[in-house]
Amino acid sequence: MSTVPDSKLQRQPQSFAENARRALVNRPLQQALSIATGKATSARHAAVAEVGAENWELLRKRAHAIKAQTINNLDFYLDKFSSNVERQGGHVFWAETADEACDYIAELAHRHGLNEIVKSKSMMTEEIGLNHALAVAGIEAIETDLGEYIVQLAGERPSHINMPAIHKTRGDVADLFAEKLGVERTEEIPQMTALARRVLRARFAEAGMGLTGVNYAIADTGTIVLVENEGNIRLTTSLPAVHVAVMGIEKVIPGLEDLDVFLKLLSRSASGQKMTSYVSLLTGVKSSRAEEGPDEFHVVIVDNGRIKILADEHLRESLYCIRCGACLNVCPVYRKIGGHAYGWVYPGPIGAVLTPQMIGLDQAAALPFASSLCGACGDVCPVKIKLPEMLLHLRHKVKEAEPPESRTHYHSKEDTSEALGSLNGFRHKSENSDGQSAWSRSRKRLSNVFEHLGFRLWAIAMTNSQRYQAAARLARLAQAVAGRRKANGPRVLPMPRWTATRDLPPLARRSFREQWLESSGEPTGDMARQDATHLKESQRAEQTP
Amino acid sequence: MRISLFITCVVDQLYPEIGTAMFNLLTRLGVEVTFNAEQTCCGQPAFNSGYHNEARELAGRMLDLFTRELESVDYIVAPSGSCVTMVKKFYPDLFADDPQRRAQAEQVGERLYELSQFLVDVLGAEDVGASFAGRVTYHDSCHLLRELGVSLPPRKLIRAVRGVDFVEMDEAEVCCGFGGTFSVKYPEISSAIGQEKVRNIERSQAETVVACDASCLMQIGGLLSRKGSAVRPLHLAEFLMASEQT
Repeated sequence: MSTVPDSKLQRQPQSFAENARRALVNRPLQQALSIATGKATSARHAAVAEVGAENWELLRKRAHAIKAQTINNLDFYLDKFSSNVERQGGHVFWAETADEACDYIAELAHRHGLNEIVKSKSMMTEEIGLNHALAVAGIEAIETDLGEYIVQLAGERPSHINMPAIHKTRGDVADLFAEKLGVERTEEIPQMTALARRVLRARFAEAGMGLTGVNYAIADTGTIVLVENEGNIRLTTSLPAVHVAVMGIEKVIPGLEDLDVFLKLLSRSASGQKMTSYVSLLTGVKSSRAEEGPDEFHVVIVDNGRIKILADEHLRESLYCIRCGACLNVCPVYRKIGGHAYGWVYPGPIGAVLTPQMIGLDQAAALPFASSLCGACGDVCPVKIKLPEMLLHLRHKVKEAEPPESRTHYHSKEDTSEALGSLNGFRHKSENSDGQSAWSRSRKRLSNVFEHLGFRLWAIAMTNSQRYQAAARLARLAQAVAGRRKANGPRVLPMPRWTATRDLPPLARRSFREQWLESSGEPTGDMARQDATHLKESQRAEQTP
Repeated sequence: MRISLFITCVVDQLYPEIGTAMFNLLTRLGVEVTFNAEQTCCGQPAFNSGYHNEARELAGRMLDLFTRELESVDYIVAPSGSCVTMVKKFYPDLFADDPQRRAQAEQVGERLYELSQFLVDVLGAEDVGASFAGRVTYHDSCHLLRELGVSLPPRKLIRAVRGVDFVEMDEAEVCCGFGGTFSVKYPEISSAIGQEKVRNIERSQAETVVACDASCLMQIGGLLSRKGSAVRPLHLAEFLMASEQT
């Protein structure tokens, strides 16, 4: 368990397409995803129905307004929060980068002579790669949330924002426990949880430092709020002498009176619960031995690219996210490929929006396109983040950022031969620092060139109805040729991957506009689809030269 | 009442029979129907793929055309929630920095309707005089449902058909996985999502699946046909017309 987590696992959104294809043929994963997202979605649906659609909408609007108020005045509220933390004996550390945050925590552990800490589930610590950084510094971080514990035992990363082990079936966990904990294999859930509890309780008893994330930071009081179901956060924050809470700058809300709306939205959106089993409001350090609470309390406030997000008015609202995971559960894409395919910390629609902003557009250009833009994510978001619009905006940014050369010609001869080499199936084995092969890089570049060129030509054709018709006639001719060859050879349709699993209807012999123009204002033709399809088939055969 | 048809590219090139059915249906309901053959594409494929310049070129052209049309007709009606969404919702976004175009888009948008919405909300016609023997289910197209908020009108129209056995499938409101260029960029994911839709359709034991967008029907129909399924995909316009003959 003390192995250093593989840091390379942390950034692989470039291989999204490949990751996704692997996930699609992973049957246990498909089963696990279908069950878990199905349950979460219907539980959420029932919980929202109970509140009533109108009330739910009011809550969402209120939450959106509170977030807007704080995010637009972030400096003010953060200042207030931090001075209130300090006033009550806490320490505040401002970390601009992930490394700064990790270094501070590692140093703190060293100062207390600790080589082991217990921690609760926190996406923020995933984001900054804390476990890895601590391991490098010789400190073992023990995950105490059951799902996180499972993922940590397996040497993996969470694949969901609040169901970290969603990708594992009960059988997977039984195998894992038997292997890693040396116990007899059982698939009985009460037995498995009891086992995890026994192992973890022992670590809690010895721990000198507890590390948590933060759900909400209350500016007025300097309180941090933590929401959970397992009770491990209670233990993490009450047993060890030192409590360290790590939060992104966006977690602050103005006052305690604002908390209610978020608690109502979060648990219902995440799991369909009216309320989670535990909600902890923690303020400062204990002032006497008789009181409860830690001797030392540290809040690490992390930027890690968030201020940059603030600057983009189209994307700023992605900082409103309260990490409920509802957008993942309803996303048809997430439900099919799971979280690991997205290649970084935050998966699903919110991940496709956050990841390119946090690790760079060039590193995660595939993600905004990994959506059918169905809009389900925007519909369920409890804080009304316009996720589909943000995906569209990021798609535009990706295309704008592609080198202008890709729109017309190649950089150099070398690039051209590399790209053409790749077309002939020649695969370079060399890898660059991103772990992408030269083959996949050049292939991507080539397809970008074709795409830019294609949309240019398409726009030229479409801005004139004669050109549009000429293009359509050309396509029909191509189809007639391809259609004939299809009968006695391999598929030669223009989109072999599209048609690998689906039939593509043939182009109609006469388009609607042609029929309209020929009949001068009265379309002719058959009503029934079946007849029309037959007609098209025979016409296509006729057309074949 | 006089309307002008907005025939989308997919209908024009792949399913002209949907346009024909729509023409006949509206004519039967006493609407005078016209069509401007100068129209091409609304620009959605470019817009969704991040090519805003190309999308703006087409959008500007279509806006001018629609504005001219609206001088002589009351409404523009399209057999697609997606293309209507493009004009009503995304044109104003696309022209955020161009107040004139933006205003033009909003004006056109006010008089632009998707077919089922037009039939029920504008014409007040739920019973279009059709009859159909068979079990039918309905698939909600994403843009129509979530951007235009149209969920009831198509259901009302289907339910009003005499003899129809309408059944809701599970997850009717979940995407079919088409997503335009998404189905080209990520065909495997797109297909896998579509398979779920097909499973839900088959589980409903419907013989016909009706939708209001030809592109969803292309996805669903393509998967059904590859499976050799007997379930028939029909556009609402075709369904309301085809049913008249049975």
